[in-house]
Amino acid sequence: MATAVIEVEDLGKRYTLGETVGRRSVAEALVGGLRRLGRRPARDELWSLRDVSFDVAEGEAIGVVGRNGAGKSTLLKILSRITEPTTGVARVYGRVGSLLEVGTGFHPELTGRENTYLNGAILGMPRREIDRRFDEIVEFAGVARFLDTPIKRYSSGMYLRLAFAVAAHLDPDILVVDEVLAVGDAEFQRRCLGKMATVEQEGRTVVFVSHDMGAISRLCQRAIWLDHGAVEQVGPTNEVVQAYLASAAAAGQARFDDGLGSGPFVLHEVVVVDGDGRRIDHVLRDQAFAVELHFELRERVRGFDASVLVTTSRGVRLLDESWSDAAPEDPGAPGRYVARVTVPPMLNVGDHTIGVWFGTRYETFVYEPEVVRIGIDGSDADRPDRAVCLGLPWDVERVDGSGR
Amino acid sequence: MDANAGIDDRRWHENRATHGWRPPDVGELWRFRELLWLFAARDVNVRYKQAALGAAWAVLRPAVGAAVFTVVFRHVAHVGSDGIPYLVFAYVSFAAWACVSSGVLAAMASLVDNASLVTKVYFPRVVAPAASVLPPLLDLVAALVVGAALLVAYRIVPTVALLALPLTLALLVVVALAAGLWLAALNVQYRDIHHATNLLLQAGLFVSPVAYPLSAIHGWVRHVYALNPATGALSALRWSLLAGPWPGWAMAESLATTTVLLLGGLAYFLRVERRFADVI
Repeated sequence: MATAVIEVEDLGKRYTLGETVGRRSVAEALVGGLRRLGRRPARDELWSLRDVSFDVAEGEAIGVVGRNGAGKSTLLKILSRITEPTTGVARVYGRVGSLLEVGTGFHPELTGRENTYLNGAILGMPRREIDRRFDEIVEFAGVARFLDTPIKRYSSGMYLRLAFAVAAHLDPDILVVDEVLAVGDAEFQRRCLGKMATVEQEGRTVVFVSHDMGAISRLCQRAIWLDHGAVEQVGPTNEVVQAYLASAAAAGQARFDDGLGSGPFVLHEVVVVDGDGRRIDHVLRDQAFAVELHFELRERVRGFDASVLVTTSRGVRLLDESWSDAAPEDPGAPGRYVARVTVPPMLNVGDHTIGVWFGTRYETFVYEPEVVRIGIDGSDADRPDRAVCLGLPWDVERVDGSGR
Repeated sequence: MDANAGIDDRRWHENRATHGWRPPDVGELWRFRELLWLFAARDVNVRYKQAALGAAWAVLRPAVGAAVFTVVFRHVAHVGSDGIPYLVFAYVSFAAWACVSSGVLAAMASLVDNASLVTKVYFPRVVAPAASVLPPLLDLVAALVVGAALLVAYRIVPTVALLALPLTLALLVVVALAAGLWLAALNVQYRDIHHATNLLLQAGLFVSPVAYPLSAIHGWVRHVYALNPATGALSALRWSLLAGPWPGWAMAESLATTTVLLLGGLAYFLRVERRFADVI
């Protein structure tokens, strides 16, 4: 194994609830301080990471997978030195370029050119180096004509491309990327992944967090699965991804007793049902099944949309079906909803993960890419490698004319 | 590698829990010096792009302040001005005070306004307040350039002390930074610090020699008064630019408080900055 460039030992990060709630007023702090004088405070503590240890070798691309709140982002923040760990130590060799959010530090009033220099400097790139890479950045982003336009006039696609381009041309020794592929269109995602692969081929090290198991599988040789702040598994990507997908989703149904969501949106339940409406966690290959979403809108949401995602155990996203595709009337009206999406008998046998997304063009209320699991039973007819079996119509005619 | 020699950072960076006071990482600050200018340039750019009057504000603010002061303090309260024509005295003093107070306010808000940067990107946090005290200096310089017309009109001839002008301007910025470091760090943790800052600046306008000269304060009160960091900076500016009297011992007292406040603020900032990303 090549020399390690990232060494993580017994890493732990504790948040006390007061801190996660955010800033206090001086008065609150004084009252809290007086209250604490007498007795030991009953603090609510949350370990976002606990006893995490691993090494990453030079030139390796490593994926980090896990559910929301598993500690992935905290790990990246510690690797990028944005925050200190509570216990343990993280050592990184060389310059770390971290892209935890696309477009951090962009100012809408400044032009594309000004933002490129500002963003480059924020990410630790000296002016000389930005000068040298400027044309490449502009070409990658495809914004040459708009360089002197304030970026508030950019389309969201141009904005994202420019932001990623600056970060990707930073030439860090270690590139740390968090879920940037959740935003942007397919073309953007393809280019980002391509650029990250290039970075890795140049012998740099990549740490990549994503919910997109397909992207992780393509880019990373090795993966870490974090669960509730602890390392559940480290190993070759395909093994880790399969184990993660199998465990990540509850079989057949997922209930959120306290509701899951943000803003006016609350998700109560995601259920898989058969043609008769019975709850199931397995279905035969030649049977249709439906995904039922129980949710609530507490107020009117303009442009509300919902999606159901189906992913194979190898991390291939087979379906991403949106409510808006069905041209609903008045989709954002407040009220309680039960939405049912029927999946025809088309999936190959094996475990599949079902995910959901709710939001608008501008914000995401819930994104749970692995929420329930459905097993497709039956025979794969000796063709295990195909993702879908559609039974397409064959139109066959004999044409040799020797009929009668 | 040669092309990257200046930014070569190929060494181990260790991130572990630290406790208590710690010294500034000077090498790290040096590597991020360009960010200081870019942050300052961003603030200047954004402000002038949004304001229709642009640089005119830098002049209007002290001009209106000086006009009001002239009526209230000169004609109603009859305060002295060390023999300098009161209008000129008030214009320069008010512009300098605006530089300090805008700097303090901007530094106070610098981290909270850039919260997404603090939680998503690593950079030495002290760069943010340090950069935010610079744009008000540009306003002050603009105001003084226009104010040169007043000097000509009133036939004020600067002495050789004019050579010290850059130092006195720098001192004003240092005073703003000294207070700003404390307030920026406190503002991350307590959300009502901006009220406290406004109160501080409101009081500061009257307990600093802005509308009246230091010479108006007598007896032991003068020693307490001189502890105000702004006392020395404002008096030094008038000494340099308007041939005002040298503040004498008051200057030493004022410089001493400024130094203590600055070093204390820096130490406090470096002590609590490790929690910024978690709290903000």
